[in-house]
Amino acid sequence: MKPAAFDYVAPTSVEEAVAALSGAGGDAKVLAGGQSLVPLMNLRLAKPAVVVDINRVAGLDGVTVRSGFLSVGALVRHADLAAHPDVAGWPLLRDALELIGHPAIRNRGTVGGSIAHADPAAELPGVLRVLGGSVVAAGPNGSREIAADDLFLGYLTTALEAEEILTEVRFPALPAGAGSAFVEFARRHGDFALVGAAVVVALREGGQVGEARLCLIGVGPGPVAVDMGGLQGKPATEATWAAGGELAAAACDPDSDLHAPAEYRRQLASVMTARALALAAPRASEPRR
Amino acid sequence: MKRMTLHCRVNGEAVAREVEVRRTLADFVREDLGLTGTHLGCEHGACGACTLLVDGRSVRSCLMFAVQAEGCEVQTVEGLGTEESLHPLQQAFWDHHGLQCGFCTPGFLMAAAELLRRNPHPDEPAVREALSGNLCRCTGYQNIVAAVLAAAESMAAPRA
Repeated sequence: MKPAAFDYVAPTSVEEAVAALSGAGGDAKVLAGGQSLVPLMNLRLAKPAVVVDINRVAGLDGVTVRSGFLSVGALVRHADLAAHPDVAGWPLLRDALELIGHPAIRNRGTVGGSIAHADPAAELPGVLRVLGGSVVAAGPNGSREIAADDLFLGYLTTALEAEEILTEVRFPALPAGAGSAFVEFARRHGDFALVGAAVVVALREGGQVGEARLCLIGVGPGPVAVDMGGLQGKPATEATWAAGGELAAAACDPDSDLHAPAEYRRQLASVMTARALALAAPRASEPRR
Repeated sequence: MKRMTLHCRVNGEAVAREVEVRRTLADFVREDLGLTGTHLGCEHGACGACTLLVDGRSVRSCLMFAVQAEGCEVQTVEGLGTEESLHPLQQAFWDHHGLQCGFCTPGFLMAAAELLRRNPHPDEPAVREALSGNLCRCTGYQNIVAAVLAAAESMAAPRA
């Protein structure tokens, strides 16, 4: 299997990358870690006329704690982010990174690539959405910030324009005292998950659920945010987490495919959500009087 | 640009070759350099057979274009040991029956080489995690894990 012939451009700045994309008449792909794009090219499911390799673009590999969020450059590799000391303050991100593929994939794959590729079963889009994060995209008219809620439009489709590149991913910090968990089910370790659940739980004084947030992966065309308002005020018990699972199952509308029928995915959504809630709640701390 | 001249080091030797930009790193080492120790299984990043090291990190060479290795240090299984002097990992695979048909072995060796460089004393779960991206259809993995653990021990032991 060989990719179809293409023109290769290796810009060294964001401006050059944007210019290369703009000059390609919409038939270009951005190459970052290549762990999703290159298989598609090898299988000739993708045959871009131009490949814009951004691996030599300067300034896209930083990890910085800013006020209220972790700024991750688009080219930061999963393995490097997982090993970064600042990720300790982003436990949901840390948990999700361990679930991405295998070591050789995490060595090459990038945070920005995972978000921009928008595989519905990928972990990082779910993390970004449940945290209410955003990305920064650079285009011919400068940079713009896109909220995660507005970014994922459908299967492998984002709000990024053809001449834009994603330059930065912003993961907000958890609300004070909140706990989090990422739980997924995959047929084999390291495979794409059939279904995964990213959860954030904050407790009230007295231990009842304050805020609960859920984003599911693998059950729709993109990461699926689920309204968990129904759990507010409920006690932090197994019965509440099971009720959360039912909310998740009712809110999602998965498709059947080669890997799992829709009913099974819906059942997994319920079980993964309940497990994630049960893991996240003990990690939350009750507010002090 | 559809062809470029690539400059890199492969197993310590400087290489400068004109390549088609769509040439994968796997095909480059096999077809252009004749280093056929790197095997190609699935060619879309599922099997791990083509794993080699780029700047010391394991990568799937079917998912990297050769031109992306510009300026990099590439290590293939040929750079691990020689027939006369096997790398401790290769010796351990032999001793512990860590291979049968041998097709997946170069990929396992390179993934294991990265692991032992980063973590000279891995426990069994760490070995299994490090090798999780590599498929073997012969061995059932037990002997591969045993071989890597044994290699870690022999590499830690003082040389006689």
